[in-house]
Amino acid sequence: MLLRMLLRNAFRHKLRTGLTICGLAVAILAFGLLRTVIDAWYAGVAASAANRLVTRNSISLVFSLPLSYREKIRTVSGVRVVSWGNWFGGVYIDEKNFFANFAVEPKTYLEMYPEYILPPDQERDFFRDRKACVAGVKLARRFGWKIGDIVTLKGTIFPGNWEFVLRGIYRGRDRAVDETTFFFHWDYLNESLKKTAPSRADKVGFYMIEIAEPDLAAQTSQSIDALFKNSYAETLTETEKAFQLGFVSMSEAILLAIQLISFVVIFIILAVVANTMAMSVRERMGEYAVFKTLGFTWRTVAVMILGESLIITALGGALGILVTFPVAGAFADAVGAYFPIFNVTAETIYLDAASSVAVGILASIFPIWRAATVRIAEGLRRIG
Amino acid sequence: MEPASIIVSIRNVTKSYRRGSQILPILQDISLDIAESEFLALMGPSGSGKSTLLNLIAGLDHADSGSILVGGVDITTLTESELARWRAAHVGFIFQFYNLIPVLTAFENVELPLLLTGLSKRERREHVETAIELVRLEDRMDHYPSQLSGGQQQRVAIARAVVTDPTLLVADEPTGDLDRVSAEDVLQLMERLSRDMGKTVIMVTHDPRAAKKAGCLKFLDKGELLDASQDASAECVPA
Repeated sequence: MLLRMLLRNAFRHKLRTGLTICGLAVAILAFGLLRTVIDAWYAGVAASAANRLVTRNSISLVFSLPLSYREKIRTVSGVRVVSWGNWFGGVYIDEKNFFANFAVEPKTYLEMYPEYILPPDQERDFFRDRKACVAGVKLARRFGWKIGDIVTLKGTIFPGNWEFVLRGIYRGRDRAVDETTFFFHWDYLNESLKKTAPSRADKVGFYMIEIAEPDLAAQTSQSIDALFKNSYAETLTETEKAFQLGFVSMSEAILLAIQLISFVVIFIILAVVANTMAMSVRERMGEYAVFKTLGFTWRTVAVMILGESLIITALGGALGILVTFPVAGAFADAVGAYFPIFNVTAETIYLDAASSVAVGILASIFPIWRAATVRIAEGLRRIG
Repeated sequence: MEPASIIVSIRNVTKSYRRGSQILPILQDISLDIAESEFLALMGPSGSGKSTLLNLIAGLDHADSGSILVGGVDITTLTESELARWRAAHVGFIFQFYNLIPVLTAFENVELPLLLTGLSKRERREHVETAIELVRLEDRMDHYPSQLSGGQQQRVAIARAVVTDPTLLVADEPTGDLDRVSAEDVLQLMERLSRDMGKTVIMVTHDPRAAKKAGCLKFLDKGELLDASQDASAECVPA
């Protein structure tokens, strides 16, 4: 009977309860989306592998390193594979069509990134053709590219129009893998540079290094950097995760603001639900006094108020979570160029649910205290 | 009056309320005995302390001093939770504005006090049906309070008050919100409960017609029992 009464009480003021549920759903949706934006920002960090290191110029990423370093790096104990590449920064037709594009050494790169799933025939074609490129499935879908298409990028860092033949479309091993990356043969870039800008040839932007023992990452990094100490291009080697975090830390203030806003949204809805509960309890103070008169304790009254609050917040939370998925999908389509991985994670759903429950509990504390402490005679006077 | 027949024994009870820094005396040195199966009416002007005295007897409020023995239990010594259990077992309440729970049907309202007992669902149903038959509302069991007239709501409240078979029935202005016919109906019911079922009924009322139904009448004024009522062992003034 208690549960029946909780449900009936929750919907006694249908409009008020309905509006509160809608408000909570919107708040949970906003909270979920903001958390997903933060997750998207950290997607690169999350996708990092513990056995991959990145070596770059110690001054800045914009300065290159000699190609000759690769042989020396290979000699370092614990190093399994060395790959290299450059951030190409090409533009497809228009600047608004932004996507990440790299010149890489194909064989070692794909060996080091098993999370990029490329069909064997496409992989073969990619290796064979020096002008070949590979695109992620989302990127190919975005521009309607098919295998064999000619894709022309306008170089910003490396001037000129660069033509590539699409030889492969990769898929991610799981949802956390970016499927919007574009990569092509580093040799194609290097040989072109030898002709057009020889001083820029045989230089790489970064080395990707796979190590045998992730636990020895720090030691291996130190050994690599020690090789080039006091050279004209000193290196900085760090784990892929630390490298990615370096990018994220540039936007730390924005991320902090987003996090703050997400909690402010929850705080505002807490105030709204608390107000709804306070109004309901004030109106029903006489009824709670009747319960206490009949012999029910303040605990029963507390359960009734808490239960009602939780019913409202559970419904609002569930509705908010349900609409998060389609809205996040639409959001991802709209901003896919900036957030290649925009997935609503299980952690976000847990946080949504936990926030709903927390709002339900916190919003009922003051009304419970009021209803529990009011004298029966005082409460009965509120009737009539 | 034989000591064995006394169900409520009040001795030197005082009660005051604090309003800011002011202390307002409500009841002063009240002593009163109420016999088993008695139908007692408490009358007096507004603010005389009738409802406060009723609340003290029913264990809804605490006296400042004195003792209140109901069925041999000094309820002034009980804690809040002990009082709650005691009320659930021994007191039935009838209010002026019925105080039914609007989201529960008549049946569910009557069943409410039984949730505190260890009765099974089937036993609860039997008790509720008996109580509802007593107030002749069998055809209204599934109605919500808003679908019932004032008189019918008060009869549901009476069914709720008697469903646990309490020792004591306390009624605060039970006819105050009813028309004449419904009031008469409710008073007859209360009279029957006292006379035929042996319930001790204590009723606070302003209505002399309601008081006439009681077998015994006590007057309160400015927190004191008047005239013969001052003596705890004094005979009742016949209503």
